[in-house]
Amino acid sequence: MNSRQRDQLATLVFYSIAAGITALLFGLIGYMLYQGFPKLTLDFLTSPSSSFKAGGGIGSQLFNSFYILVLTMLFTIPLGLGGGIYMAEYARDNKLTSTIRTCIEVLASLPSIVIGMFGLLVFVNLTGWGYTMIGGALALTVFNLPVMVRVCEDALRSVPREQKEASLALGLTHWHSIKTVLLPAAFPGILTGAILASGRVFGEAASLLFTAGITTPTLDFGNWNPFDSVSPLNIFRPAETLAVHIWSVNTQGLIPDVRAVADGSAAVLILAVLVFNLLARWIGSLLHKKITAQA
Amino acid sequence: MSVATAQAQIFSVRNLNVWYGSQHALKDIELPIYKNEVTAIIGPSGCGKSTFIKTLNLMIQHVKRVRMSGELLYQERNLLDQGVDLVSLRKQVGMVFQKGNPFGKSIFENVAYGPRIHGMSKKKELEETVERALRDAFLWDEVKDRLHTSALGLSGGQQQRLCIARTIATRPEVLLMDEPTSALDPISTSKIEELAMQLKKDYTIVMVTHNMQQAARVSDRTAFFLMGELIEHDETGKIFSTPNDTRTENYVMGRFG
Repeated sequence: MNSRQRDQLATLVFYSIAAGITALLFGLIGYMLYQGFPKLTLDFLTSPSSSFKAGGGIGSQLFNSFYILVLTMLFTIPLGLGGGIYMAEYARDNKLTSTIRTCIEVLASLPSIVIGMFGLLVFVNLTGWGYTMIGGALALTVFNLPVMVRVCEDALRSVPREQKEASLALGLTHWHSIKTVLLPAAFPGILTGAILASGRVFGEAASLLFTAGITTPTLDFGNWNPFDSVSPLNIFRPAETLAVHIWSVNTQGLIPDVRAVADGSAAVLILAVLVFNLLARWIGSLLHKKITAQA
Repeated sequence: MSVATAQAQIFSVRNLNVWYGSQHALKDIELPIYKNEVTAIIGPSGCGKSTFIKTLNLMIQHVKRVRMSGELLYQERNLLDQGVDLVSLRKQVGMVFQKGNPFGKSIFENVAYGPRIHGMSKKKELEETVERALRDAFLWDEVKDRLHTSALGLSGGQQQRLCIARTIATRPEVLLMDEPTSALDPISTSKIEELAMQLKKDYTIVMVTHNMQQAARVSDRTAFFLMGELIEHDETGKIFSTPNDTRTENYVMGRFG
């Protein structure tokens, strides 16, 4: 075999791998959507779940998923950015920094069920809150923070050195140059990180089982007082998310239409992640264009 | 008549030494820099010319494990003393880099950036400053219709002139240029050279260049560095016609480097 044939063979191999992966993904998603799609009615999406009878919906779970996502990102993005800025711009090249970096890497690969147990100890028992939305959001923050710090650090480090030099040479203070030059330039990378983290929040079940719980009280969607116990906005209530719901109906559901509810929930979960990603990317690119003045 | 006695020194470098770790990058440099002149720094790669120009606005401090000794007087004040205010120093001593490095913002925002952080906030005033800086950098006519588009859409030569405009927008005293034309085509290069000669009316310019013709065309004075030492400095005409040191002569004649 000469080198031209080897080149063709390599091309063929990589094309087949790509085709295989794509087919597998489309197959999976297609199957889930095909199975779940007939369930997707407005009633299913908005009505509360039922414990025994058929025909329950996923209204509260869907709301919980989004709400816990917002809460988690509220903690994760500022903390992750702060950590990333520290690691990229302030941390000296020494033992302490490399220890911190190792810790971040270990944390990033911690199994989510372990984080769930940690959350149970700290956010459920130690605080005495019981199973709460906020406990779940904090556990997910622990889950996401290492990745977010890492992504922010990488995004900031990949801003060309010249840009930073230019800002320093103009007489900017370090913080000012981070704020007005580095962060805007690193924005696309940070956004990607935030979107990936959000996807993980959406799909996460294990670390929520013992923190946000597997039940949701009957919610009154007319009551938006965050301190009221039946209000959807109350952060000190148990909050079963969609991913947790899929797990719980499959393992301990007493309803006769378990399969249908699970299929429908899975389809909604996928679609929600998809819509969220597209939306976040679109808004992100609008913002980025505005900052960089690119038409 | 000697020009040296007639003109004020803006920088006065005495016995300056710079080390990177254990590497002795600049050795006992003694060099005056005169106001409203173009001083060219020439020498082969690795001779310390870039290191030297980076000491003048203390950008060198951002390099790891760097040490300095001696005196670096800027307007009578030793920059190597503790407690130099980098923000005000760099407002007065601006720098243009080897490769145009505009920010990923609009042309207007790039130029308005310096004045803005140094406290200018009125829209009118900013617009005037931006226009003046762009005019001074011979760029206004090319960009006046697209001030609010991305600076990254400009050509390499335009980007470099934009960076010069960005630097002079803060009205510095000194303009440091570190091989400003090394990445540019001949036409852009001649524009920048012409610009440097114009700008010396208002600014003092220190330009590092590896291009000897450029030094000869543009500068009033030339300093020749070799392996971290300042071999010779004098009026440019003298350096290029009758240098004192044979190493200078060999270099400007193109025998090495």
